[in-house]
Amino acid sequence: MNCVLGPDNILHDTVLYRVVYEFVGQLLPCWLSYLIAGFVIMFFLINAVLLGAAIFSWMERRLIGKFQNRLGPNRWGPFGLLQPIADLIKLIFKEDLTPRAADKIVFAAVPIVMLAPVILMLAVVPFAKDTALANLNVGVLYVLAVTSVTSIAIFMAGWSSNNRFAMFGAARGVAVLISYEVPVVISLLGVVMIAGSMSLADVVNAQTIPFLLVQPLALFVFVAGTAAELNRTPFDMAEAESELIAGYHIEYSGIKFGLIQAAEFGGVVTASAVIVTLFFSGWSGPASNYIGWLWFLLKAGAVACVFIWVRATFPRLRIDQLLALAWKFLLPVSIINLFATALEVYFLRDDAGSLATSDLWIMAGINFGLAALSILAFGTMIREKVRPVGSGDASPSPLGVSIAESS
Amino acid sequence: MTIRTEPMTVNIGPQHPSTHGVFRLRVTFDGEEILQVEPIVGYLHRGTEKLAEERNYTQIVTLTDRLDYVSSMINNQAYCLAVEKLLGAEVPPRAKYLRTLTAELQRIASHLVGIGFILQDLGTLGTPLMYCFRSRERILDLFEMLCGARITVSYMRPGGVFFDAPTDFWPALDQFLKDFDTEFKEIEQLVLENEIVMVRTRGVSLLPLDLAINCSVSGPVLRASGLAWDWRKMEPYDAYDKVEFDVPTAINGDNYDRFWLRIQEIHQSVRIVEQCIRQIEPGPVRADVPLVLRPEPGAEAYGRVEASKGELAFYLVSDGGISPYRCKIRSPSLINLTVTEHLLVGYKLADMIVTLGSLDINMGEVDR
Repeated sequence: MNCVLGPDNILHDTVLYRVVYEFVGQLLPCWLSYLIAGFVIMFFLINAVLLGAAIFSWMERRLIGKFQNRLGPNRWGPFGLLQPIADLIKLIFKEDLTPRAADKIVFAAVPIVMLAPVILMLAVVPFAKDTALANLNVGVLYVLAVTSVTSIAIFMAGWSSNNRFAMFGAARGVAVLISYEVPVVISLLGVVMIAGSMSLADVVNAQTIPFLLVQPLALFVFVAGTAAELNRTPFDMAEAESELIAGYHIEYSGIKFGLIQAAEFGGVVTASAVIVTLFFSGWSGPASNYIGWLWFLLKAGAVACVFIWVRATFPRLRIDQLLALAWKFLLPVSIINLFATALEVYFLRDDAGSLATSDLWIMAGINFGLAALSILAFGTMIREKVRPVGSGDASPSPLGVSIAESS
Repeated sequence: MTIRTEPMTVNIGPQHPSTHGVFRLRVTFDGEEILQVEPIVGYLHRGTEKLAEERNYTQIVTLTDRLDYVSSMINNQAYCLAVEKLLGAEVPPRAKYLRTLTAELQRIASHLVGIGFILQDLGTLGTPLMYCFRSRERILDLFEMLCGARITVSYMRPGGVFFDAPTDFWPALDQFLKDFDTEFKEIEQLVLENEIVMVRTRGVSLLPLDLAINCSVSGPVLRASGLAWDWRKMEPYDAYDKVEFDVPTAINGDNYDRFWLRIQEIHQSVRIVEQCIRQIEPGPVRADVPLVLRPEPGAEAYGRVEASKGELAFYLVSDGGISPYRCKIRSPSLINLTVTEHLLVGYKLADMIVTLGSLDINMGEVDR
């Protein structure tokens, strides 16, 4: 039984899958090895996300500890590295409570619906040369579609918990996710236009210089939008610890809470992976044919650190200000970026429709100026609008008494 | 198309991370907007005033520590001033300076907690709070050198202070002031001009001056509305008539002004502490008062100070016994809470949390 994946098969480029498939295919029937290879891949994928989430949670707690003049977890293992495992064991053994008035099926489904898109998102991201688990030709679209599922999970959690704080969190979370989806999608169109393909592997190959330089505005919008979709400060509306205590997951405990947390931390890891792929030229770097995965991990770690840094520094925006930021600032800015990129690609591309490295440098020059200009312009415009009306003038007293003068 | 909505009543507290203790607000929301607020207090009631009738005059000092537990030095001071008025006792100058100095250090610590928790309520993940607590810990260390306790100090006594400062206190205080200069600059850089802080707090929960006066609000909340009213200036007690300081005021009376004002007051407190260090001279630290105090029957006294939260006063009535016949506490936090409804209605849930933080209430003092 010699099972071979032909070059026309969609999974042919996935080296890991092909190796497993052909190895198992020497002994077993082809349909069975097809399944086994799939399971092996899934095993890798799920563990990559969960391990990434665990390492990220450790990294975040340690780093925020350093930011805040304290130690952070340092008891279990070297530098507290085993802390996530200790947390997991604790969460597994905690009582799993379901509120009596909750919609039990929906309530139980939420952690799965939360975690699934995070894992699925990683399937199309190339870790190194030809190692994307599935090299989809609509990779960018797939990533955007899969991330949207999170908003459904948040709303399910808020609705099924039958708790008013959870409902607040869910309503906020859905409003934020729907608003921020729009600028994020539009900002990615510029990247797709330059790369000429929606496949993430092609996007990486097209980055002879990182798109960070060519598309600064898109990167800005995408990072802001991703932070909002991941519910991280300054956009952590749905959780808002000081206001809603825990927001949509207030009623969750035990391993359900653990899975929601894993989805949250894993979400940052996968989002960093996607950002690295789209803007930081993915796995490319010196000797990238051999140690591409190392470059990828280093870059993703650096991006994740930026998320941690922002989280440790900024206060939270209010919900109306947050939506105003999405619709009045990020959306126009991303549309400007889209038009500018479209014009540049139209005028600079050669007959075959591809862009040379020198063209990319020209675009980088134009786009950086444009980014600075439009952020400045829209930043000034939104500045007054975000501020509530009537700032500075005192309203008349309801008691109708005033004092003549104050000493 | 109109969507049918109905108001939703939510209990914020008594277990809520942002109510600063066991405080409960029954709030009716229309979406995120607040329609109606009903503050409910009393979860931390310990009967301090009644307990005071069962203790002798020195023992009551320990009760005052537990009122506003982030500024216990100032509580001690207010109580001791009332007892001294009752007895007609004169406090030696060194004790006056020590009291002024420790009260101002306590004010810095209390305001650091205040601004730290406003920023925490704004949604920062504890970083500015930890910056504030770093300096506050140093102040508590100084208090530990003075009296062995960090929070419930009981440092002051009727007629002076419990004990003179140890010799290594003064170099430690100098070192603290030197470090605090840079540490506080860091906090100011982090938060004072932060765009998100400005956007979230400016123009929110305006407190007009006439309303503030009619509700007899005091302290930073009143001064943020524009009235330079400070008992340290109006009716100087202890050594406040010997030191120079300004009373900062703001104009708008919004959350930002209340927040900004506390930062300015910290600068003034540092000024006072520095002057106290320069002016203090050796001498006795406690007047010659008997161990068990028995004021004249029928004597009454009202001792008030400018505490970190506002006017804190003790009204004592004596019947000639070893404990007061009546001890009434005017606690600023409770009276500052009376404006909550005016401040909150019409604003959003997120603003409500920040407004509560900017009032800087302390439940130990509200419920007593």
